[in-house]
Amino acid sequence: MRRTGPLKLCLICGVVMIIQFFIPHRFSKNLFEEAVHWLIVCGVPALVIGYYSIFHVHWTKIRRKREGWGYSIIIFAAVIIVALIGFIWGIGEKSVFMKIYQYMTMTMQATMFSLLGFYMASAAFRSFKARTPEATLLLIVALVIMFGRVPIGESVFIKLKLPNLVEWVLMYPNMAAQRGIGLGVGLGIMATSLKIMLGIERGWLGGAGK
Amino acid sequence: MNLLNKFMNMDRRWIYLITAICVIIPFLIPIGLPTYTTPPVKNLYDKIDSTPEGQIVLLSLDFDAATLPELYPMAVTILNHCFVKDIKVILMSLYMQGIGIAQVCLEDVKREFPDKKEGIDYTFLPFVPGASIVILGIGEDIHKTFPTDYYGTLIDSLPMMRDVRNFDQISVAISLSGSAISRTWITYANQRYGANVAAGVTAVMAAENYPYLQTKQLTGMLGGLKGAAEYENLVEKNLKLETRKAACIGMDAQSAVHIMMIVFIILANIAYFAGRRRKK
Repeated sequence: MRRTGPLKLCLICGVVMIIQFFIPHRFSKNLFEEAVHWLIVCGVPALVIGYYSIFHVHWTKIRRKREGWGYSIIIFAAVIIVALIGFIWGIGEKSVFMKIYQYMTMTMQATMFSLLGFYMASAAFRSFKARTPEATLLLIVALVIMFGRVPIGESVFIKLKLPNLVEWVLMYPNMAAQRGIGLGVGLGIMATSLKIMLGIERGWLGGAGK
Repeated sequence: MNLLNKFMNMDRRWIYLITAICVIIPFLIPIGLPTYTTPPVKNLYDKIDSTPEGQIVLLSLDFDAATLPELYPMAVTILNHCFVKDIKVILMSLYMQGIGIAQVCLEDVKREFPDKKEGIDYTFLPFVPGASIVILGIGEDIHKTFPTDYYGTLIDSLPMMRDVRNFDQISVAISLSGSAISRTWITYANQRYGANVAAGVTAVMAAENYPYLQTKQLTGMLGGLKGAAEYENLVEKNLKLETRKAACIGMDAQSAVHIMMIVFIILANIAYFAGRRRKK
């Protein structure tokens, strides 16, 4: 029952939702609307589980004094302090909570992501070589796009219609490749969904699926 | 040859330093080169511009601070455009952290438009978990999905939301994101409910969205900082609205870094072929 119950429920829900998609009746519409509200309700406990998971991982790390356990204390302190500030002084436009978000969270996240730019510059320099005909083609197209997607490139080669060439590359060769990838992904999603509904793929059951 | 060898084995910290210089200098000495307007940006601009006064545009800031430099200027310039044309805006986010960014964005834009009022000219919706489910919920009944706005006021009591039930009353839904979430908007809002959907995405994501532009599943698209800069220029040129053009300022730095990288890649390839010839 522990295994077959969720599998049967999954199959029934999947089949019902597929059938309702093709029936434009009021009952079918109401059923769908109800399912959507249930799903939103289900999303909230998922957040709680997420918080529990974070606390569990970091608490274990602190208790066993694993490498970097000091950072886990910082995580606990940050979560508790920010949450308390939000509860006590509110989360309005001029609140301390928003100041923390604006001047700490946002800037730290933006800094972390910006570091990628430096790594990309270094990686492009070391590995972007015309070793094979395919790599050469990729290199040439990449250089054209890089030059044509910035104002300096557009200004220098406006008479050669470089911006139009870049748009053509994106609109035709790129689009054809992306569509092929998209079709493959779509078929993959359909196959995986069917496998889940039919109980062939049971990873979502966790330990109970074994 | 020795020089090329040295260049090839250059300490990566030099590359980091040159990159940093290329980013910083254009901010101190702006060049302000003109930006060519691409069709996807023009299409989105035209869609919003042709929206009648008092109609509604939905703007969803589906990103966190990591992609903020590229996507935030898009949010600001689209909001500016809507407010100057007296178009009402539903502001929301499918990302928990996007809500904070949306609030900051709203504050920024309201400095230019202090007369715009919550519930009359714009509605700021809170975070509801579920992404695709939230989009489906808006398609069915936005009042049930968001019973209150971000400030806790009942949606039913907001004048601009009284007649808005679903996508039928929304001129265009715009998702700004650095992930595949814009495709979720296409799948559910456009395909299921026939809503006009547009996207603002990071430069690396732009190429993936071109098939949807060709099929008109996307009304328009802003691709990366360049897309934002193009939109800023369109707003300034056509509506004579002079605000700080953050994306245009950033484009100078992007130009410099792109040129630097092109030069580095070409030099690295020259060194590579010279080394290969020497080995033969």
